[in-house]
Amino acid sequence: MPRVVIVKKGMFRDSITLMKLSKLISEREGVRQAAIAMATPLNKRYLKDIGFNHKNLRKAEPNDLVIAIDAISEESLNAALEEAEKLLLAQVAMEVKEYRPSSLEGALEVMPDANLVVISVPGEFAKLEAMKALKRSLNVFLFSSNVSIEDEIELKKFALEKQLLVMGPDCGTAIINGVVLGFGNVVNRGEVGIVSASGTGIQQVSTLIHNAGFGISHAIGTGSNDLSEKVGGLMMKRGLQLLEEDEETRVITLISKPPNISVANEILKIADSLSKLTVINFLGAKLEGKGKKWYVTNTLEDTAEAVCAILRNEKPRRVIFTKSEEEVTSIANSEFTRFSDDQKYIRGLFSGGTLCHEALIIVSPFLDGVHSNVSIEPEMKLKNINKSVEHTFIDMGSEEFTVGRAHPMIDFTLRKMRILQEAKDPEVAVILFDIVLGYGAHPDPAGEIIPAIIKAKSLAKERGRYLSFVASVIGTEKDPQNAMEQSNKLKEAGVIVMPSNAQAVRMATLIATRNKVIKQLFKEE
Amino acid sequence: MTKKTLLKEKLKVINIGIETFALALEKQGVPVVRVDWKPPAGGDKEMLKLLEKLGV
Repeated sequence: MPRVVIVKKGMFRDSITLMKLSKLISEREGVRQAAIAMATPLNKRYLKDIGFNHKNLRKAEPNDLVIAIDAISEESLNAALEEAEKLLLAQVAMEVKEYRPSSLEGALEVMPDANLVVISVPGEFAKLEAMKALKRSLNVFLFSSNVSIEDEIELKKFALEKQLLVMGPDCGTAIINGVVLGFGNVVNRGEVGIVSASGTGIQQVSTLIHNAGFGISHAIGTGSNDLSEKVGGLMMKRGLQLLEEDEETRVITLISKPPNISVANEILKIADSLSKLTVINFLGAKLEGKGKKWYVTNTLEDTAEAVCAILRNEKPRRVIFTKSEEEVTSIANSEFTRFSDDQKYIRGLFSGGTLCHEALIIVSPFLDGVHSNVSIEPEMKLKNINKSVEHTFIDMGSEEFTVGRAHPMIDFTLRKMRILQEAKDPEVAVILFDIVLGYGAHPDPAGEIIPAIIKAKSLAKERGRYLSFVASVIGTEKDPQNAMEQSNKLKEAGVIVMPSNAQAVRMATLIATRNKVIKQLFKEE
Repeated sequence: MTKKTLLKEKLKVINIGIETFALALEKQGVPVVRVDWKPPAGGDKEMLKLLEKLGV
């Protein structure tokens, strides 16, 4: 098969732009695989793994750009290469239309009153850029991951001295003054302030609050490591203080994956000292009891529900399903009665890491063991991430799936392939997934994933089975993709769409267990 | 002197890196200046440390 590797010395393009180009070229007729990437050690290893072991690739430096194409014929190869070069040049032409300073100093000459720097350069360069910004009294939103804990601590301590924010590293989402930074949804402005170490956590909670008719004052991202023992919650504590002082904020919400327990206790102590109520969701962490000024919730949906209840002067309650027991029983019935005898397992394919973690926690009382690439129980950790076993939930946004390609909220290739793979397994009953909308996400996720769903359903049908699909759509009607339109498209394709990740997980459980856990589920309330 | 915090200011952003983020900010009506970023010192780690020490 003809293959080619072209190295463009000293040409730099950002990773998302390159991944979009890679996808465009990969989808051309006659192209078996293609990758356009910077020649970082990680990308070089990935290219080698997929069969590009060319001498010029081995010699390429991190600031060189690589085009690697594998095609079925010389003709397809040349056409694809020509197209790749054309797209790269078109990008250059687009960029030179406006003046772009080559450094932060240059940018400050153009915009001397800038107050925030959004940084998404590769991790190894991120600290240098963030430190430069802080030294010039600029706040930082740091999307980059792979920044060491030591560097994170140094950046955050320095920022606090200067009364600045460092949102990150590894911060996916924030909403400041109604402006979405990174990946986030278009939500109403309102009275709920969020501080979160989880990007999808902000997305799920802020959209549910919006859909309930309330809104967000600010959502401050801290980056995923903030509540670790070493970082000690530096930015969450600062965020709490800022929201306490913020006149617009009436209720505060804190979200994180399980934190270090002594850090969590320090944060609870601060929450107790505030004048405002705080609703806390530290996914799966064992925080006992209730403080004077804080509530703990089990799910992201319960968090949104508790906040809305407080704003309505009502008592917070748990949400199991929005629909009645009779209605959910009947939905589940109409699905599982079409199963063949062997169909019993759920395969969860998540793009949001926090949503996958939440799903694992929700099903734990009802299902005997769920395998996962992100399981905290060593015996349930998937041995081969590409092969599901019994009940399996996969965080497809984790590093092992994203080397050399964009996040699954942008690029659906791997999820589509996995759907078809799961459909061939005779014991699979339900495929559960999330669709995350908003800025940064795919422009039409439902349109992208539906052909795979239709194909999977027909594959199952040919083999005498029925395959059930359950999804949650994380978004609002104001998002560029419009949550309502996305949900309707999925429903038309035969997908059961639930209003939250938690409800989708419970619905999948009901269907797969053939309604056996219905009483137990509703007793949870 | 009490500093004005970011939460009280209208955002004015410098974007270093992914173009999508700059475009999303512009769609929201936020002024953005993009830095034409390239790896400094050709990505050399020792040189990076030196640059950081020099504060450049």
